[in-house]
Amino acid sequence: MDKPTHTDASSRLLADYTLSDSAADELFARDGSMRPVWKPFVRTLANLSDQELRAKFERARQYLRDAGVYFRQYSEDPLNEREWPLSNLPVLLHESEWTDICRGLEQRANLLESVMADLYGPGWLMTEGHLPPRLVTENTHWKHPMVGVQPRGGHYLHFLAFEIGRSPDGSWFVLGDRTQAPSGAGFALENRMAMRRVFPEDYPRAYTHRFAGFFENFRKALHQLATTNRTEAQQFGLLTPGRANDAFFEHLYIARYLGMLLLEGEDIIVQNGQAMVRTIDGPVPLGLLWRRIDSAYADPLELGPDSQIGVPGLMDAVRSGSLAMVNALGSGVLETRAMMAFLPRISEVLTGQPLIMPNIATWWCGDDQARAFLRENVHRMLIAPAMSVDLPFDSNSETVLGTEPEIMSLLDQPSPDLVGQEAVSLSTTPTWRDGEEGPRLVPSPMTVRVFAARTESGWQFLQGGYARIGPEGDSNALAMQRGGSVADVQIISDDRVPEPVGPSAAPDPTGQRRVRTESGALPSRAADNLYWLGRYIVRFEDVARLLRAYHLRLAINDNSDDPLLSLIATALEEVDIDPADPIPRGLRDRLHAAHNCASKVRDRFSTDGWFALSDLAKTVGQMVDTAQPGDDAARAMSILLRKTAGFSGVVTENIYRFYGWRFLSMGRALERADSLAAVMQTFCDDDAPEGALDVALEVADGTMTHRRRYALDATRESVIDLLAQDTGNPRSLLFQVREMQSLAQDMPGASLSARPTPIIRELLPVRTQLEVMQPAEVTAQVLTDIRAAIGRTSDRLAEAHLR
Amino acid sequence: MQYDITLKIDYDYTQPTDRTRNLLRVLPRSIPGKQAVHDWTLALTPRPSEQTSFTDFFGNAVTSAVWSYPIQEVKIALSIRVERRDVQPLLSLATPLDRMGRELAAVRDISAGSPLHFTAPTARTPTNIDMGSFARDLMTPGISAADAVRRVGQAIFKEMTYSAKATDVDTPAAVAFGKRAGVCQDFAHIMIICLRSLGIPAGYVSGFLRTFPPPGKEKLVGVDAMHAWVCAWVGPEIGWIEFDPTNNQPAGSDYVTIGYGRDYDDVAPVIGSMRGAGDQSSDQSVDVAVVE
Repeated sequence: MDKPTHTDASSRLLADYTLSDSAADELFARDGSMRPVWKPFVRTLANLSDQELRAKFERARQYLRDAGVYFRQYSEDPLNEREWPLSNLPVLLHESEWTDICRGLEQRANLLESVMADLYGPGWLMTEGHLPPRLVTENTHWKHPMVGVQPRGGHYLHFLAFEIGRSPDGSWFVLGDRTQAPSGAGFALENRMAMRRVFPEDYPRAYTHRFAGFFENFRKALHQLATTNRTEAQQFGLLTPGRANDAFFEHLYIARYLGMLLLEGEDIIVQNGQAMVRTIDGPVPLGLLWRRIDSAYADPLELGPDSQIGVPGLMDAVRSGSLAMVNALGSGVLETRAMMAFLPRISEVLTGQPLIMPNIATWWCGDDQARAFLRENVHRMLIAPAMSVDLPFDSNSETVLGTEPEIMSLLDQPSPDLVGQEAVSLSTTPTWRDGEEGPRLVPSPMTVRVFAARTESGWQFLQGGYARIGPEGDSNALAMQRGGSVADVQIISDDRVPEPVGPSAAPDPTGQRRVRTESGALPSRAADNLYWLGRYIVRFEDVARLLRAYHLRLAINDNSDDPLLSLIATALEEVDIDPADPIPRGLRDRLHAAHNCASKVRDRFSTDGWFALSDLAKTVGQMVDTAQPGDDAARAMSILLRKTAGFSGVVTENIYRFYGWRFLSMGRALERADSLAAVMQTFCDDDAPEGALDVALEVADGTMTHRRRYALDATRESVIDLLAQDTGNPRSLLFQVREMQSLAQDMPGASLSARPTPIIRELLPVRTQLEVMQPAEVTAQVLTDIRAAIGRTSDRLAEAHLR
Repeated sequence: MQYDITLKIDYDYTQPTDRTRNLLRVLPRSIPGKQAVHDWTLALTPRPSEQTSFTDFFGNAVTSAVWSYPIQEVKIALSIRVERRDVQPLLSLATPLDRMGRELAAVRDISAGSPLHFTAPTARTPTNIDMGSFARDLMTPGISAADAVRRVGQAIFKEMTYSAKATDVDTPAAVAFGKRAGVCQDFAHIMIICLRSLGIPAGYVSGFLRTFPPPGKEKLVGVDAMHAWVCAWVGPEIGWIEFDPTNNQPAGSDYVTIGYGRDYDDVAPVIGSMRGAGDQSSDQSVDVAVVE
């Protein structure tokens, strides 16, 4: 194919755009002319200066960073998150082409549903010889417990993704079916948000089909599936493997976008065949799970004994018909690579129709004829395990080229374990390269992921999708294994696309959806993590204050036998802090614990809050190597305390003030009350050395107030009065106890009975005591008893809401 | 032969556990023509919050029990009367081992009894080179699949020492084979791996053995606890045969079957999950008395 010539301004951008004879291209049609959907867009790009273009693309990266879009690799390190590799340019496809694609994939979706129903039903395809039985019976993704089980709602498949590519002749084909727990739709949404910021220009923006309707309709379908024929209200949620998963961000994002509960296995219990969400209100019925975990991990009792992330008894809820699954457990079997060798024939057998869109040509080596053909043509084949469920270009795929030396010998005998696929060439799409000679568009291979959702009116397709872009120049499908970037796929209409009408997917202005999900079901695990986040942050802060007090005194008095220094050191050692270490391990542990809790409820507070906490963790990490005992460590603690105040401010100011906020606040108040009591126990003791009362005031942040209120040297009475009994001092014990009581009064179920709840029953005597006693009566014993009551309060809270 | 069987399993948890959910596979199943189940009682203490039962894919009887309150122990007590008949296959119809591949390729049945479910390696029966060559070295030209099963079972019996101390429930079969020691579970897994390496579909059978042997015979190994042996598919004419490598004999009328599976995990007597941090320990006793 000749290199296209361009006389206009785009010629500079396209100077290095070299087309290959063996692959199709998205920008240029086969005759070398630019496809009409791209023309206005390329013109826009060409009219911008290099600086303008660079600034544009920087905006996208900035947006993704601010929105907290990340991608992670499995690892223990909670901070191992990589930037999202979004390509600067979208992929543009005309709507008529997209309509054809969707028509082919709709047929395929229905076919997959029929195959699924047969594999877990009569097994007719196998007994009649249309599918080799061993591809099923030896397949670990075929789940025996599902045989004969009718899926709730009658369908096995509800959400599918198809990986498609364009052949050299311009037609589209399917590279792989994603039926287990397809990912990518959330990332597609984020890609779109970013692209709309990069390209605010009228074209392609106003001509691009929208995403919102697809998700809104799917949400409705899920709601219906969960609630149809049920008398009780049913929750529905998205089941995630947890934050260690590479796509956790997407789970978080979709759950938030659709107003669904984000659930982990431990959020769910099964009672009498009914799945329930553990909430602060007790267990509430769960009608549907959109699972993002593989079937093998879904139920350790029946589907795979090693799962730590599943729900014991989940299979029981599925069998009883009370729980709908998106998709049905065991649907991963349809992803088996060898299945594609038989689907074209199965389509004709089951429906009388050939596949509208072919899948990648596939040969199963258990068949002697197929194997012979593969041997003849091995140089243009990809070889993989027959049962493989990955895509040929996944970075960890087991797929190899047929030209690998050992392949031939494997094909010498019947090899039912192997499958061969045509080593296809993928089409190329423009990507951005900014080199010494200035910005250029260059062709890179791509595949497109198409998403389909079952709705009331049948399969609906996301109008657009998610493209994977391989390394520049190489259009071999395997080259994609080396990774690259992702791009927003935009479906372009000839006419302007109207703004979406009706309910949008964003929270509606009345906030109703949000209130409904929050009040209806705050999972106990989320409440637990918020509660402990509150506690750990205060623990961290208290230790930092004690350490600061210690190092301030160490700076002017390095006699380690000094009674006051020893007293502070003892107080630190009692909470497992080694004062000899400027940034002790125990301090970092408290912060890690807080970070860990926060990461599990990241869907419930703002990105800013998350960044503030990550920043705090980073700062502490850096201080470990540099801080010196004395003044330096004291300064370090001041920095940490300021940053902590920043985080607490962001979180408490910005979190939605409902149950979640109450648990966070409860954790803070409870921990603060306990630590105030502990400080008074230690530093207001009659035997405490000179200066101990000042330490108490300092650690409780009461020095200034005390000076103003009492205008005299601290006495035990004055300190106790301020730190234990002063209702105007937010850092007094009584203030915190009242705060806890008021929070407890707003906990679920608290107003159902005229009698105080068990939590309040623990708090009332403490409050009364503090209100009526004289400071002198608040003895060490009284403080000990109060700490015990605070400990019991935490137990009561856990029993009532976190179980 | 008719048996009165009592089984007691006690679980102790070091910490009280909350929301304990157990699947029990302890009830002998009916097998047409071979085994009939009469009266039984299954008592669970403390009383479960839920107790239901279902039949799993392989046709085994499963009891599901849930305790939704904290418990520190579970006692399982089963008493059941079972009738077992000795069915001797007609071995003259035996399929030669080297024809098994073709026979299997012709099988299209995918019901629970199909040999096709018992050909692939599993988590507890992964392919193993040592066991594979151990099994191959035992074969002679023209041997039938049924003879191959017996020969492998015999060889394992001779090669392995029965020892309750050598392994525990989670010891991989390869480790037990390396030590040449283990219990019935290890013997069975090793035999399954060997047979599958020869192309013979093989499965795990859990069940009971009569406590006191017929007069004049030796007391068998494994009578004090639940037992395990092997089933193998030896061609379309004979179908399934059962062999006990721990006692070097076909599983005849001295045996009572609870269930069939691909390995231990499919038929484990108790599969449990609980919320709680502690460890657990268990204790088991079995009595299989002949009803005169």
